[in-house]
Amino acid sequence: MAEPHLPERQSPLEPEHHPGSHGNFEHGVDVILSETRAGSILQLAAWPGEEKRLIEIIRKVTGLALPDGAGGGVNSGARAVFGFAPGKFTVVDEAEGLAQAFAGSITPAIGTLTDLSHGRTAIRIAGPKAEWVMAKFFAIDFALPAFPLGAGRSTNHHDIFAQIQRSGADQFDIYVFRSFARSFWKALCHASEEVGYEVQ
Amino acid sequence: MLITCPYCGPRDVIEFTYQGDGNRERPQPASQDLDAWNAYVYDRLNPAGDHNEIWQHSGGCRAHLRVVRNTITHEILSTAFARGGHKSTENRAEGRS
Repeated sequence: MAEPHLPERQSPLEPEHHPGSHGNFEHGVDVILSETRAGSILQLAAWPGEEKRLIEIIRKVTGLALPDGAGGGVNSGARAVFGFAPGKFTVVDEAEGLAQAFAGSITPAIGTLTDLSHGRTAIRIAGPKAEWVMAKFFAIDFALPAFPLGAGRSTNHHDIFAQIQRSGADQFDIYVFRSFARSFWKALCHASEEVGYEVQ
Repeated sequence: MLITCPYCGPRDVIEFTYQGDGNRERPQPASQDLDAWNAYVYDRLNPAGDHNEIWQHSGGCRAHLRVVRNTITHEILSTAFARGGHKSTENRAEGRS
């Protein structure tokens, strides 16, 4: 299969992306906001009964072994995978071309692959007050025992659908629709003002 | 009101969309039985009590769920994936009205 020639991706956050410290940061910044700009964001779905085969394919292609259980996931830094719905997984790579790596592996009998690299924006919130700010947005439990490292959650904020992966003890990666990303980013910045935030 | 999604766990009702009465049985598409179609489209048990319902976790994993909800107290008595429908599995609200 020929490599697709996709146009260079531009950040939808750009007009509202202002690197530096903002808000109430006189006593230090308590969260850091950034766009991870992952090269590949894929959605993989297995037909009923084919989940284990799909999980095995994900392991072979990415080297990431999904843990058992709903919303389980793993994040290696460069690559990430998590379940966000029954039989459905988000797979992320900092490099482009992950869809091509899966080509041929996911047969129509097993499931489907949808390349969302240009359709989602990945926003990272990190720092000691990340849980606090996230809890203002989403009505789910962000405490580490309830939302373990690597795990994924599907939820929404004001009808903007969001997939969230805990990529660190005090770090979350939020995947939102690209078309809503700037609005979401602005809201996240406003919510972070009280704790002091830095945009990287 | 909290609904416990079998995949996502307890979530606020705002994440869910009501998909209608779970007691309805859709006739075969080729069916010419007008009474069966009439019943499917219009007849509702409308119980004051436990009620079989179909909900979608539209603001989360997007799975369709069968839910037994008490229409008086709004207590959620059970939730499960909707695949297979209300009638194919244990049905706590069956026979009640």
